[in-house]
Amino acid sequence: MKILVPIKRVPDPATTIRVLPDGSGIATDNVKWVINPFDEIAIEEALRIKEKQGGEVVLITIGQSTWQEQLRTGLAMGADRAILIKNDAALDSLALARILAKVIGDENPELVLLGKQAIDDDSNQVGQMLAEMLGWPQATFASKVEFADKKVTVTREVDGGLETIAFNLPAVVTTDLRLNEPRYASLPGIMKARKKELKEIPADSLGVDLAPKLKIKTLAAPPKRQAGRKVGSVQELVQVLHTEAKVI
Amino acid sequence: MGDVLIFAEHQGGHFPKTTLTAVNAGLELAKKRGGNAIAVVAGDAPEALAGEIAKYGVSKVIALAHANLKNYVADAHAAALAALVKKAGAEFVLATATAVGKDLAPRLAARLGAPMASEITAINDDGTYIRPMYAGNAMATIELDGPVKVITVRGTAFDAAKPADSAASVEKADAEIDPSAAKTEFVSFNQTKSDRPQLTEARIVVSGGRGLKSGDNFKTVLEPLVDEMGAAMGASRAAVDAGFVPNDLQVGQTGKVVAPELYVAVGISGAIQHLAGMKDSKIIVAINKDEEAPIFNVADYGLVADLFKAVPEMAEEMKKLKHS
Repeated sequence: MKILVPIKRVPDPATTIRVLPDGSGIATDNVKWVINPFDEIAIEEALRIKEKQGGEVVLITIGQSTWQEQLRTGLAMGADRAILIKNDAALDSLALARILAKVIGDENPELVLLGKQAIDDDSNQVGQMLAEMLGWPQATFASKVEFADKKVTVTREVDGGLETIAFNLPAVVTTDLRLNEPRYASLPGIMKARKKELKEIPADSLGVDLAPKLKIKTLAAPPKRQAGRKVGSVQELVQVLHTEAKVI
Repeated sequence: MGDVLIFAEHQGGHFPKTTLTAVNAGLELAKKRGGNAIAVVAGDAPEALAGEIAKYGVSKVIALAHANLKNYVADAHAAALAALVKKAGAEFVLATATAVGKDLAPRLAARLGAPMASEITAINDDGTYIRPMYAGNAMATIELDGPVKVITVRGTAFDAAKPADSAASVEKADAEIDPSAAKTEFVSFNQTKSDRPQLTEARIVVSGGRGLKSGDNFKTVLEPLVDEMGAAMGASRAAVDAGFVPNDLQVGQTGKVVAPELYVAVGISGAIQHLAGMKDSKIIVAINKDEEAPIFNVADYGLVADLFKAVPEMAEEMKKLKHS
């Protein structure tokens, strides 16, 4: 099966994020950049499907030349080749989905696997938008993906339990936390990744509308919560919750 | 112009609190943008439920009916709603960012060619919105540009709508769903069995972290306290990652966002991504043996203690308090 995995470069989840004083963005000095954790799960799932069924895993990202780094990491995990859609300007989810839809039209994968959300903008939009633009079914928040011929059955993490849906390929699946535990790139994997194909395509050569309809005007630090006080015992804790905070 | 279509999500024949939150946010948006708030209830026979939501202050309810809308699936619902939005000439579609809202709204936005704002926490008078980014470490002021806009709201950022004096009229509409937009088959819903309140609706939430050390300890150590307090149980991502509890208990950036009156964090260090899901709680209590744990920086009351001793003691104290 040919699987396309869109990935995004994001700050390491352990990074402390600071908003710049002028509100124009976040401070990026000392930020370590990684593959969005949910996209890493998507790469892992794609590799496992390929290991069972054969096929090809193609990575794609939309960003600056430096994003090659994350594509190389994914190639070192075992993906076959990668595409970097070069773009420097800020794009909204609609534009990202349009770019992906265009490339998917050329690449013709049977399955698109990607993270349920990127942990930088926390939008949780691109997979669903892409599925609609392609006219494909979607399964978001996947915790299990099973195949029988061309039919896919997906277990989804929803409010209050697990939901199971089924459809025929092609389809878009977005990954949740418990789908798998991503592998680390091995040293031979890293060596091999250097020779794998990484194609660059300028975003503006694709002929899709890139003008953002969602604009971020400014960023601000959230209101800071003041630390309270320490209590000495369980008895004191229950007492203050009852008489002072009046919540129990 | 300015009309707001509110997607009134229902589960098992009733509206969860998050739907009343969407109604209230929809009423606020309609007022600020000078339009009407119209609720939409989708289903195979949605009339009775439509009558329910009509009591909450909206100006009209549309009962959108079609056999393919019996169970929630994204493609059929997006197609039916997009057709309705165009027909009604609405400027906004609004839903709460529940699992359904998050799944549906972006697909609907793409079908309408509309920009979408996820999980907004405020509707500004000047036409902009506030939404958290980077696990809530940055609050963005954003602008949506286009004749139609799609918005999901964060359930904890708006109050639930209250019943109004009179009920709005219910209008039945047969949905139009192109067969090409009905490719998904709903197979089953496996509901987590629990007598406890829902995480997103509870007045008190007690959450456990990696400090609990095992799934068994969630049952034997944490659950007695949870039940003694009449609370909902939550967990940190670390506890979910370690396989102690299912993911639908996860509180945090990538799980549920809660803001109860009382949040008790037990054995949770307080990683950024967990704080993103609970730091708007009214009162936060942290119980952790590591006094340097970052959770103490946001806690109103902190107790540095071994949770395996403190939690059973607290359950016991709660019992005493109830009987005093």
